[in-house]
Amino acid sequence: MNLWQDYKRPTSVSEAVRDLTSAAGPALPIAGGTDLLLDLRQGRHAPVHTLVDLTFIPEMSVLELRGDSLYIGAAVPVSRVARDPLVGAHAQALVEACNLIAGPQVRNTATLGGNVAHALPAADGTIALTALDAVAEIASASVVRKIPFTSLFLGPGKSAIDKTKELIVGFYIPVKTSQVSETCEVLMASCFKRIMRPQGVALPILNCAVWLARENDAIKDIHIAIGPGGGTPFRATEAESALRGQPFTEETFSLALDALLAQAQFRTSARRASADYRRHIVGGLFKDVLDTAWKRAE
Amino acid sequence: MSNINLNVNGKQYSLESIPGETLSTLLRERLRLTGTKIGCEEAECGACTVLVDGEPMMSCVYPAERADGKTIVTIEGLAALTPLPLPPNAPHLGGVAQSAEGGMKLHPLQEAFVEHGAVQCGFCIPGQIMTAYALLKRNPNPNSDDIRFALKDTLCRCAGYPSIENAILAAAQALRTGEPVQKPTHIPDSVHEHKTVGHSHLRPEAVEKVTGEAIYTDDLKFDGMLYAKVKRAMIPHGFLKKLNISKAKSLPGVAAVLTAEDVPAEKNHGLVIFDWPVMVGVGERVRYAGDALAIVAAESQEIAEAAIGLIEAEFDPQPVITNPVMAREDGVPQIHEKGNLLKHIKVRKGDMEKGFAESDVVLEHTFHTPATDHAFIEPECSIAVPVKPNRSGDLLGLSRMEIYVGSQIPYQDRTQVARVMGWDESRIRVVGQLMGGGFGGKEDVMGQIHAAMLANVTQRPVKLLFDRRESLLVHPKRHATQIRVKVGAKKDGRIVAMETELYGDTGAYASLGEKVMTRATTHSAGPYDIEHVRADCYAMYTNNPPAGAFRGFGVTQSAFAVESMMDMLAEKLGIERVELRRMNALHVGSVTNTGQVLNESVGLSECIDRVDAEMRTHNPRPFDPVAGEADPNLVRAWGFAAAYKNTGLGGGAPDKSGADVELYADGTFQVRSSASELGQGLVTVMRLIVAEEMSVLPEQVRVLVMDTDLTPNGGPTTASRQTFVTGNASRYAAKTLRDEIAASLAEKFDVRPEQIRFENGIVHANGYSLSYADVYREMMSLGQQPRVRYEYEAPKTQPLGSGGDMHFAFSFGVQAAEVEVNKLTGEVRVLKVISANDVGMAVNPLGLQGQVEGGVMMGLGNCLTEEFIVENGNVVTDQLARYRVPGIMLTPEITSIIVEHPVEAGPYGAKGVGEISSIPTTPAITNAIYNAVGVRVDKLPVDQEMIARKLWEREEQ
Repeated sequence: MNLWQDYKRPTSVSEAVRDLTSAAGPALPIAGGTDLLLDLRQGRHAPVHTLVDLTFIPEMSVLELRGDSLYIGAAVPVSRVARDPLVGAHAQALVEACNLIAGPQVRNTATLGGNVAHALPAADGTIALTALDAVAEIASASVVRKIPFTSLFLGPGKSAIDKTKELIVGFYIPVKTSQVSETCEVLMASCFKRIMRPQGVALPILNCAVWLARENDAIKDIHIAIGPGGGTPFRATEAESALRGQPFTEETFSLALDALLAQAQFRTSARRASADYRRHIVGGLFKDVLDTAWKRAE
Repeated sequence: MSNINLNVNGKQYSLESIPGETLSTLLRERLRLTGTKIGCEEAECGACTVLVDGEPMMSCVYPAERADGKTIVTIEGLAALTPLPLPPNAPHLGGVAQSAEGGMKLHPLQEAFVEHGAVQCGFCIPGQIMTAYALLKRNPNPNSDDIRFALKDTLCRCAGYPSIENAILAAAQALRTGEPVQKPTHIPDSVHEHKTVGHSHLRPEAVEKVTGEAIYTDDLKFDGMLYAKVKRAMIPHGFLKKLNISKAKSLPGVAAVLTAEDVPAEKNHGLVIFDWPVMVGVGERVRYAGDALAIVAAESQEIAEAAIGLIEAEFDPQPVITNPVMAREDGVPQIHEKGNLLKHIKVRKGDMEKGFAESDVVLEHTFHTPATDHAFIEPECSIAVPVKPNRSGDLLGLSRMEIYVGSQIPYQDRTQVARVMGWDESRIRVVGQLMGGGFGGKEDVMGQIHAAMLANVTQRPVKLLFDRRESLLVHPKRHATQIRVKVGAKKDGRIVAMETELYGDTGAYASLGEKVMTRATTHSAGPYDIEHVRADCYAMYTNNPPAGAFRGFGVTQSAFAVESMMDMLAEKLGIERVELRRMNALHVGSVTNTGQVLNESVGLSECIDRVDAEMRTHNPRPFDPVAGEADPNLVRAWGFAAAYKNTGLGGGAPDKSGADVELYADGTFQVRSSASELGQGLVTVMRLIVAEEMSVLPEQVRVLVMDTDLTPNGGPTTASRQTFVTGNASRYAAKTLRDEIAASLAEKFDVRPEQIRFENGIVHANGYSLSYADVYREMMSLGQQPRVRYEYEAPKTQPLGSGGDMHFAFSFGVQAAEVEVNKLTGEVRVLKVISANDVGMAVNPLGLQGQVEGGVMMGLGNCLTEEFIVENGNVVTDQLARYRVPGIMLTPEITSIIVEHPVEAGPYGAKGVGEISSIPTTPAITNAIYNAVGVRVDKLPVDQEMIARKLWEREEQ
């Protein structure tokens, strides 16, 4: 059985949406395809008739500064994201996450769009984008709209995007430049790390991304993302509140961790990790990531 | 539909697009660039890596249509990218830095892979080299971390990762400086001095493996070839009630659909016991999910798969026997007519009651090991080609069948196919192909019989290629075991009693289960001299996939149990753990637990001493935990383990191999045997031995293996036996030929035969000097064919229980591993491994290095990453993505120490190495984990969550 019957190579977003909605049978967009083709081949995905290749669309392969945001097209390979100096300058957590997605060859085709579209609560790219407070641009036949990143997800593996007629075009990451003046010095930094196990499926036991703005010895602002900390990519907003405006000390960290543990919903994943294990090790990971980001903002 | 315009290796193509086609298929099937290999079709293994616009990509998940407008480079195009000018012709080991096609210079990466012995089975090599090429383009001066980062997902199951890394470093240096590729300098020659053997030599087939010219079975295509697929039961236990093949038969493009009713003669196959049905018929019992119900041959792979989907089967499901302990319980369903017990294996020595009564300390513990998969990167493939009687060897006008397959036992394949076809064996010709790894997993018949049946019915060539899922589902695994060890010792450390009880899960069919579990049992007291030993093993049938041969052959499992116990005992007695092993170690004069007196070649103590000394150069107190300075939660410590493993079949089985050596008119030799080259390096060993005996350069000796029409039976490639038996067969065949030449020339030149000298490719006789081409002419003129067949028979062995010599040789191995354990997460990293192996004599030290590195890595996988999971008879790990084999990122620093206590009967003293190099790794690592954090791992693979839990529970108390 053929994995697909018809293969479209549109060169614009509107053409791609048209190809999706006018296909002679079930149609899906394909970016990297490193997951989709395997899902089709292994019968985890219903057969499709038409694949719409997004990698020939210039708008979706752009990586550039747009106003006060860094724009990353959804079809940019993650290896390019990881190597791009703009991403290195403004979103180090994303560089770190992208360098850990799959392996080098897969990263040359795999995309952030695909990483996000699978709606897994612990996908590395997704967790980094969550902490970086990204905004997603979505195109459908009638409209192109921007939505907050976390509203892309409905549940584990359930995306708010209807892949048969909508596309993730790209992501906007707010670029907050460091402010240094005589009276105040606010420095921004981010970090991503994860914990794996060497057996079984290559999904993290836990991953964590932190973005923070540091003003001298205090945390002026902070975003914390943990995966999997619930059915969707989890923002530890209670922990953020506990730290925002506070000095970074053992005490404030301890309060933040308590808040994180109270808010997160750790689950047991068969053959990967028990909820108990995750609760026990999340503190060490969170501390490590926060420490690193904090030091980077020196 | 639009065309695909692409540039491949500098050539422009415009090809019609084919729905569903991947780039790998386009390259392999349409452009016939078969150097790009398919290992998994899951983007996991990296064998299919090609460059797309300069970046390495997995071509198995790259839609061909996406390649439109792109530039592709495959392994076949790499030599053309060699930077010019080339360094002047440097002398090479064996001097082969040319393509097998002749003339063309290799790229420095290709040359470095050859020179550094980074090429073993060769199947992953195109992917390794293409990935490395892209790395060097971006980073001409990579360090070890850069290489590891770039090659993270390019798997090598022979696992010569250190050699691969060294090769890339050497190639990078050559490219930067324009100097010749640096050769390895860290591999010493054998201590036993000979002219050719004992020195490092290159593999004869290494060059074709780095250029992509090497042909593996799936690279072959025959005119009119059909594609086959097997309908699998996919239920673990039940009776087949109905089977409807009519829809599949009527699908256009289907040439044949066969079921159990179509099996011409014998219904079952097997290696020792014929209990494995070729297909399960209606009314018959399905014993595991991989049982075959029907086979299809069709015009394309896609049609064959569609036809399989149209076959309807109904079952009467039966309760599932999920493990060997359950299989032995009263009242459970009996899977085979004879019951669930394949074999109760017993070892008896001394008096257990007395032994334990005399002991000051008695310890008892139970260990568990899971099934594991060989995960050779090349999945199984068989091609059967019917041969009309007028085309070859006319046997009373009967047709013949050629079977192209990568098999560890070509002559057994021939027997098994012939039995099922009801043919005389002479009508079958097995033409063995290069193998992309075997490790014991290509001993049983997989597609050979099915392909032959379909080819016979259709009278067309039939290819049966397993995909990764089918490979994981169907072929025999390493036995899952439960092993209870009870040990008794005196206060001074002398072990006086060892009692073990083993349960082995042999799955649905016997395969080599009885033999494997016998080896597990006889080795279950470890390489120690113990007065009172008792072992009982129950090898049980279950409804899991069959279990059979896998590097280590049962000893991997029992070594984990007994070597863990040795450390537990050392702690209990307060005796240093190396010292405990030293004082109990087998030595010349010891009596093994099966009653064999060891008369020679016991290098265990030297292995212990040398590993111990090397380990203490890193840390004089190696077993004390060391907390990290930067992060005190990261704790390091060393662990230590010893093991032994028989060479050869043993147990009274006749252990023979035949070899032909022939001199040709051009003065070259050919040595032939149907022993298997699966990447381990046997072909090189045979070549070196004949070169040694005939006093010629290795390049003057060609090797032909694995063809049942052209090469004599070398027996199974198993039990680390081929260097010994086929090495000896080659040696004695060459010796005999040399004697015949001497006798002939003596007569002609009127001297005594012993006055004929063979030196540096020249034969000296009474003042005359003859080249071997001259010798050929002389022999022919005397009417003598310069060709000798020698059938070597290894020293006789005795069955278990008879008290005699059960094996003709044992190899010994000791390893120390340094690990780092994260006390918070339980994560384990292996930092260093020191491996000493007593191999008798190192025939080819370069090849041996690869066996040692690969052995450590396979042991590390067995310990840390690998678990073949079956739940209620259903295979969970049916993808490579769920079954992790260790990659380069997990590779520790590996130090190899070669110990050479020769065996009298071995070729130049050599004995086996293939398995021993892998066996002590697991307990060395788990003992190190205990030394680091005090958590005893008694169940594999190591579960980091278990370690973390034990530590936080301890903290909470």
